[in-house]
Amino acid sequence: MLFTVFLPVLLAILIPFISKYKEKIHTGWFVMIAPLAVFIYYVRFIGVNFEPTIGQYNWIPSLNINFDFYLDGLSLLFVLLISGIGTLVTLYSIFYLHTSERLDQFYVYLLIFMTAMLGVVLSDNLFVLYSFWELTSISSFLLIGYWNSRERSRYGAQKSMMITVFGGLSMLGGFILLYLITGTTSIQAILGMTDIILQSEYFYLILALILLGAFTKSAQFPFHIWLPDAMEAPTPVSAYLHSATMVKAGIFLVARFTPIFSADEWFFLLVSGIGIVTLIWASYMAVRQTDLKGILAFSTISQLGMIMAMLGFGTEVAIFAAVFHILNHATFKGSLFMIAGIVDHETGTRDIRKLGGLVTLMPISATLAFFGTFSMAGFPLPFLNGFYSKELFFEATLELDRFTSSAAQFLAAAIPYLAVFGSIFTFIYSMYLVFGTFTGKKNLDQLPKKPHEAPIGMLLSPIILILGVILIGLVPNLVNAPLLAHVAEAVYGAPIEMDIYFWHGLVPAFYMSLIVVGVGFVLFYFKKYWVAIYQYLPGKLSLHKVYDFLMDQSEKFSAKVTKSYMSGSLRHYMLYILGAIVLITFPILLMTDGININFSNTSEITTHEVIIGAVIAIAAIATIFTHNKIATILTLGVVGYGLALLFILYRAPDLALTQLVVETISMALFLLCFYHLPNLRKRTEGVFSRSINLVISIGFGALITIIGLSAHSTKLFDKISDYFVETSYSLGGGTNIVNVILVDMRGIDTLFEVVVLGLAALGIFGLIKLRSKKGAE
Amino acid sequence: MEIIMTVLAGILFTAGVYNLLQKQLLRIIVGATLISHGAHLFILTMGELKRGAPPVLQDGIENYSDPLPQALILTSIVISFGITSLLLVLAYRASKENGTDNMEKLRGNENE
Repeated sequence: MLFTVFLPVLLAILIPFISKYKEKIHTGWFVMIAPLAVFIYYVRFIGVNFEPTIGQYNWIPSLNINFDFYLDGLSLLFVLLISGIGTLVTLYSIFYLHTSERLDQFYVYLLIFMTAMLGVVLSDNLFVLYSFWELTSISSFLLIGYWNSRERSRYGAQKSMMITVFGGLSMLGGFILLYLITGTTSIQAILGMTDIILQSEYFYLILALILLGAFTKSAQFPFHIWLPDAMEAPTPVSAYLHSATMVKAGIFLVARFTPIFSADEWFFLLVSGIGIVTLIWASYMAVRQTDLKGILAFSTISQLGMIMAMLGFGTEVAIFAAVFHILNHATFKGSLFMIAGIVDHETGTRDIRKLGGLVTLMPISATLAFFGTFSMAGFPLPFLNGFYSKELFFEATLELDRFTSSAAQFLAAAIPYLAVFGSIFTFIYSMYLVFGTFTGKKNLDQLPKKPHEAPIGMLLSPIILILGVILIGLVPNLVNAPLLAHVAEAVYGAPIEMDIYFWHGLVPAFYMSLIVVGVGFVLFYFKKYWVAIYQYLPGKLSLHKVYDFLMDQSEKFSAKVTKSYMSGSLRHYMLYILGAIVLITFPILLMTDGININFSNTSEITTHEVIIGAVIAIAAIATIFTHNKIATILTLGVVGYGLALLFILYRAPDLALTQLVVETISMALFLLCFYHLPNLRKRTEGVFSRSINLVISIGFGALITIIGLSAHSTKLFDKISDYFVETSYSLGGGTNIVNVILVDMRGIDTLFEVVVLGLAALGIFGLIKLRSKKGAE
Repeated sequence: MEIIMTVLAGILFTAGVYNLLQKQLLRIIVGATLISHGAHLFILTMGELKRGAPPVLQDGIENYSDPLPQALILTSIVISFGITSLLLVLAYRASKENGTDNMEKLRGNENE
């Protein structure tokens, strides 16, 4: 399993090399290998006797973070969607993207996304799941911004990133709390500890945080605003990420944790409440859109809301319908996106006001679109899979009688009406989409290109998806026991057996479908009479403005904060660094009782040492007050040579030698350079900054002294130097211990030291020898 | 003696930091040099002073002064020499190109 997850990203490494030959053979043909192989690997798991399997691979065992993959029904459904639709989308993109585009980048992003998404649905480890989750956000960001020269693309990419990553971080908080409560990172183990989690005082916080992650990812109200802007991505991406797979990650997450959360009525209130609001609002807004992909984006949001609502119901029928609809939605919405892309490709516009009458020019696309939209609308025909899950949805709305709290009972009673209301608009936008594009008056002179039917390669993917729509519609039980039953079982926690059949008899759900179709047709026919309502609702209200306002304000605020301390002045930066060291170290020394000064165990004080020390101290302080270049250099030299004398006294002959040599060369260098440098000026800063400098430097010096004294007085363990004394000759073969340490025991250190010197020498050479651009030398 | 040397290291640091906080490149380099001197003295004092012979093995001598700080300091002296020389030449070149060695004037226009 590990290999299948990482296959796409491994292939991505080769893409830059393969794409060099993109003029001869489209890179997409190679990319298709990855999802196709994954699909073939997993499709064999479909079957009545499927059992969940586990694959474990260590990653960071010390933190309980491992690549534990768990394949149950739910994961299997998603893996098949990701790989299956992935294959079709790649095939479609071969004809959609011209070889003059930056194919290498596109396919690398796409392959990264595939790995990320497979990782999300297969991971059994909370934190691995989170990592893959954020990786999907990042690859989505890159893909939305693929045409990065367009301002709208960049805006959409940033928006999706901000919103989904915000949700992802909340989710991480929820995961950490779950880990703290249960002590395990395995999702399956956590699902077995439902009682502990339900009784935890953090339960509602966990619920809210994880749902926030799911709602932002799955574009639920009011976080849905990123999805319409994400339509700036190339159409294959919209079909794949923003309809079939990535936006369903939130649904996946809710489904995954349903066995725990559904016991609490707040889960129903939040998930179904938000879901049904999303369903209604998005389908209402979809009717107003003029861009084909805009309609499809809002339609996706509303369908996601419907699935979310069903997961919130938590009944057998609802969960079965939810997983069934995940599959159905991927088939018809994927194909509709591809057809929208075809229309765009062939006519040069996606504006539905300019389109019309294309049915005679693009008969195959039109036929496919009719199947797709009628399935989406839930039209009662026995060869459309959308009808089945819609009918089950209505059935599920009527079975909500398990709730005790009054709020939940109220919502449960309202939901059938809300569901019908939302579905009427679903029906209207479906009809609007297909009839507006393919029937009516032709406006050929308004179209940028002369339309004709798309090439067969482009049609192939939507044809396969529509065949899926029809096949599932004709024989729904084909996918029932081998696949859907396992999925529903994984979500519900117990086996669900459900027969899917077309004719239920004259049950309430059927009447609801009839109402939707009837009222929907009437409203669609008289659309121009009521369309003015959009001027009042939403009118000028816009969630985008809220987002833009927040973004704008936070940008201004962070710019202000940054500017307040990033002044560009070296002195300020040094002050921050040194001041922070002093301010943090002193209190910690005090708090931990680290200051420990005693005067025992010291060597004797001799007069000549004290004199040398005093000279060094005076010289060091004098460097501050001298304003003559030569004088400063010489006082600095006094410090250096004084130090060399101390080295001799303290039995360090090697140090003394080196210090003498280095000090002499340094002096020469200083003198050479100082000759060219401007003379030192009197210090001109005011009393205030002078006293700050003084406080910081004295504080820092005092800190060093205190640390040194405390360290001298505190001996926590034996010196390690004895080892060097003992082994210098036996291991290093030398009598000068310091030299043996440098060239033998710490040889690599010294090697790098030489490298540093070499680099410095190169830098100096460059600075002196290379001519400046201005030709100053 | 260790106490006095530690205080001396502190004084070297104080003078070094004060120079570091000045505007002129020259002073900053002087400050950096002083700080490295202070650090060397600090490390050497850590290893206790004047205990035993210089760390060169000789027959009949058991007690040597601590060789480890000396090895560290030796590395450090050489590195700080490299850094100082680079800084010096950088200062030379920068003041030649820009006509000033005042760090406040070298900040770039947008922050003026």
